[in-house]
Amino acid sequence: MSEAKFVPEIAPNPPQRALALHRQLDRVWANGPGLWGQITAVNHTTLGLRFMGTALIFFAIGGILAMLIRAQLATPQGAFLDTDLYNQFFTMHGSIMMFLFAIPMLEGLAIYMLPKILGTRDMAFPRLTALGYWCYLFGGLILLIALFAGVAPRDGWFMYTPLSSATYSPGINADVWLLGITFVEISAICAAVEITVTILRQRAPGMKLTQMPLLAWYMLGTSAMMLVGFPPLILGSILLEVERAFDWPFFDVARGGDPLLWQHLFWLFGHPEVYIIFLPAAGVLSTIIPVLCRTTIVGYGAIVAAIVALVFLSFGLWVHHMFTVGIPHMALAFFSAASVLVAVPTAVQVFAWIGTMWKGQPQLRLPMLHVLGFFLTFVMGGLTGVMLAIVPFNWQAHDTAFVTAHLHYVLIGGFVFPMMAAATYWMPQITGRAPIKGLGAAAFWVILIGFHGTFFIMHLTGLMGMPRRIDVYPANPEWTWLNLTSSIFGFVMTIGFALFALDLILQALMGRRTARNPWRAPTLEWAMLLPTPSYTFASLPLPQQQDAQARLTLARGEGALPGAARGVRELLVTDAGTARPDHVAVLPGNSALPLGLAAAIGLFVLMMLAGLYWLTLPALALVAALVWRWGRGMAFTRDHAPVTVAPGLDLPVQCHTPMTLSHTGAVCLLVANGTLFASLLFGVGFLSVVAPGWPAPPPGHGGVAEAWMIGATLVALVFGAFAVRLADRARRSGAGMLAGAGAGAGFVSNLVALALIAWLAGTALDDPTGHARDALRGVLAGYVGLHAFIVTGFAAFAFDQARRGEIAPSRPGSLPGWRLWQDYTAATALIAAAIVLWQGGAA
Amino acid sequence: MRVLLDVLPHPIKRFALLTVPLGLAGCEGGLSALAPAGPVAADIAWLWWAMLAGATLLTLLVVVLLVLAFGPPRAVSDRRWTHGLGLWFSLGILTSVLIAGLWVGERILPRDDGAVEVEAHAYQWGWRFTQPGADGPVETDGVLHIPANRPVDVLVTTEDVIHAFWVPRLAGKIDAIPGRINRLRLQADVPGTLSGTCAEFCGIGHAGMRFEVIVHADEDWPDALAAATGGADE
Repeated sequence: MSEAKFVPEIAPNPPQRALALHRQLDRVWANGPGLWGQITAVNHTTLGLRFMGTALIFFAIGGILAMLIRAQLATPQGAFLDTDLYNQFFTMHGSIMMFLFAIPMLEGLAIYMLPKILGTRDMAFPRLTALGYWCYLFGGLILLIALFAGVAPRDGWFMYTPLSSATYSPGINADVWLLGITFVEISAICAAVEITVTILRQRAPGMKLTQMPLLAWYMLGTSAMMLVGFPPLILGSILLEVERAFDWPFFDVARGGDPLLWQHLFWLFGHPEVYIIFLPAAGVLSTIIPVLCRTTIVGYGAIVAAIVALVFLSFGLWVHHMFTVGIPHMALAFFSAASVLVAVPTAVQVFAWIGTMWKGQPQLRLPMLHVLGFFLTFVMGGLTGVMLAIVPFNWQAHDTAFVTAHLHYVLIGGFVFPMMAAATYWMPQITGRAPIKGLGAAAFWVILIGFHGTFFIMHLTGLMGMPRRIDVYPANPEWTWLNLTSSIFGFVMTIGFALFALDLILQALMGRRTARNPWRAPTLEWAMLLPTPSYTFASLPLPQQQDAQARLTLARGEGALPGAARGVRELLVTDAGTARPDHVAVLPGNSALPLGLAAAIGLFVLMMLAGLYWLTLPALALVAALVWRWGRGMAFTRDHAPVTVAPGLDLPVQCHTPMTLSHTGAVCLLVANGTLFASLLFGVGFLSVVAPGWPAPPPGHGGVAEAWMIGATLVALVFGAFAVRLADRARRSGAGMLAGAGAGAGFVSNLVALALIAWLAGTALDDPTGHARDALRGVLAGYVGLHAFIVTGFAAFAFDQARRGEIAPSRPGSLPGWRLWQDYTAATALIAAAIVLWQGGAA
Repeated sequence: MRVLLDVLPHPIKRFALLTVPLGLAGCEGGLSALAPAGPVAADIAWLWWAMLAGATLLTLLVVVLLVLAFGPPRAVSDRRWTHGLGLWFSLGILTSVLIAGLWVGERILPRDDGAVEVEAHAYQWGWRFTQPGADGPVETDGVLHIPANRPVDVLVTTEDVIHAFWVPRLAGKIDAIPGRINRLRLQADVPGTLSGTCAEFCGIGHAGMRFEVIVHADEDWPDALAAATGGADE
């Protein structure tokens, strides 16, 4: 770390008594006592474990559903389930495993591990971590309750419309999926934002991007993909729900929609999703393999390049899920080539790992068994994936048991085995206890045999013609022995997973105390007390201390920012590239607000589900009020003196600096938001060029008066952007009154814009149920309207802050955040207006 | 026995079939893509067997490399693993697979060669077919008639949700999408009866959405169609 020449040498702090530091820090960082303490907890260790624990429970439920499916398929005319229930079960199996197991599991892993391996004390936005958890839990519970009530989704986890439309899926089953999963996805967006910010801004001083542990690189790739990958699905779900609830025809061919738009939006998410799941698992492997081989990783740079390549390539191959929808053959060739190409960065990693094993001396300990399970399974899954990228073969294998086999090889091989390796590797870190001998290895072998027994012959079942998602096959007795074999080994695999869970529980309850660093790993998560204390590091690792060996040094407070003398949760914020110390962030403490906000969002979801659409408005008002409270919790009411981080290094508190964690977080959120808007533009372009029912009938409105109104709206929003700059300039020069006036002017102009949009929506839009063009215009108006509402809120908040004297020459308060959102709103409104006017002109 | 035969490469299987009585009524060969009954399906089956052989070798290679890893530490060249094996070796293999796939893909595409055009119309949950008869179109329910040894283009449509038309022994599948007409090329070698099924999940009746393809001798077409359907119209 000595070549960190851009980072000034930071002198260590003088040593203190470790126990005193521990007590001081724990008082500030610990969760509250009892059940209420758990409800208000925002700590990343608590919430990371809670995410992973909840994900394991959903894994068990999804597994039970799989066993019910296998029981039904064991014989050709299984009478075990009726078809409707069978359809609900396979839909829920896929949805649970994807959205309620895999994604939350990797979020939990990231939330638990990142602060520890990066050398900081918590995630960037602790309350957001908790909000994400509650949204995940409540959304998951909505799906589970629907399952037990017999009204679970039943259109497949991919929800292809028109099967999932109101015509062919009446009832709330499909709404449960669309609303419940979107609710859960709030947690994915929350996690993506704070993972990105934590990695970019909270690395220990001097830990350059190019030096950080590979797991952090993988998580950065994952979070970037989540920011860009989830919005298309969220948009698709919103559009489909609006079509179901209000009959706006985005996907109805007869009225200018197109069911293929859903497929594009779904797989724009769905394919990157596979890599979103795989990357964290690959990060685990890149961490564990060198440690268990007593060496260092082969090809750090090549692996980082492979991660970056995967992030980009994975967005260019979604069409390979749609090879049979009737696509021009040049496009088929292009997406086939792209799908084949994505195997290259994966191969680079696989060979780098094997090379690492050659370089070192592999030890056949329990995590290594799971690593070997990964290699065997994932390589085969990758190879069948290449086969499926070949269009002619895809036309035969698509939608057959062959694909079922392939995806389980990829997901269990590429995610579950690495996660089991991770669990067995980090259990001593999490519990402070050593594993029970023997049981873990037995679980591994039972799972491995059960898995391959179930899925290997399923390739053959598929090639012999068995389609996916059928519940009986009386005309095909030749499939019976294949299915029966899969079913029997499926139960073997389940027994294996039960043994694995038992092993974890026994280790947590009865294991002996572990050695402090049982694997002799170099990474920082081992440079702390076991189990992890609430504050992770008593002092933050300086460049020469970024190693597991620095445990005592850090505990004695010789790193940066020791203790919690000011009685608040503090951590060090560094700059994104070189990790030069920038400022000290004071984080919010324990709070019930995340639970309250998630409950308010849940209320909105339930009102939508019940079809009580007018009652969603009070729920939204409650959400807005709680978001206001949330913002108030971050307001600084006075100036803060610089904090001495290390001898000779005094840094400002975040209220005095422009590049705060919140600022980076807002940028990340706007990237996700911009992707959602871009997906909407993709929808407009796709439908107007590709859908059969175009050109649309001439619009009934679109006169000169409307054009003027649209123009006035834009002027009002652009004026808001001037107002925020005016307020900020006045603030800098100490004119507090003028800053308040600027905020007030911005508030009024945004309110005018909001009113104009409401008026336009009420009078100037054609009936959105008539044609997809008018429905899309309605959505564009709604999108701009929502943002006008948000920036009105920002302006009001800034005005209130100015009134309270919280905006001062040295403290910008909420002005930078408002400015970002105001600019974004004005820009998207401009684009939306251009589209509406162009369509009017084109007609 | 037949199950085992189905997994063998088809030329071997055809030889073996000579020794097995095929007295079973209905559709021969079930829905197996590994028992091709026409050139399109045969090309794809060959592609599969070739890819399986390659995949087996690659899996063995990885297993051997893993076994050899359990030895004493060795001096390794990073670039040999990440660039040599990871980049160039995999690129080479993938390129050859891709070329094979594009070559087969070109061979099986529908082209403008005067193929017989039939229509397959899907609905929840069944199939209606239209074949060109001697006296105009002939409509049938659940049974598609085609001539042997001639290219046939199936125009696939739907009246409700998405379905997929699939006769595994003749060709791959293609989706039936609302508002679209999709074209699939297939060809049968010999007269007989084959099975087809809907391959895209389409609701409660999905599992039962089967159909039959009756292949008539080329020289009997289209008279055989008229005879089989009882006249020009159903």
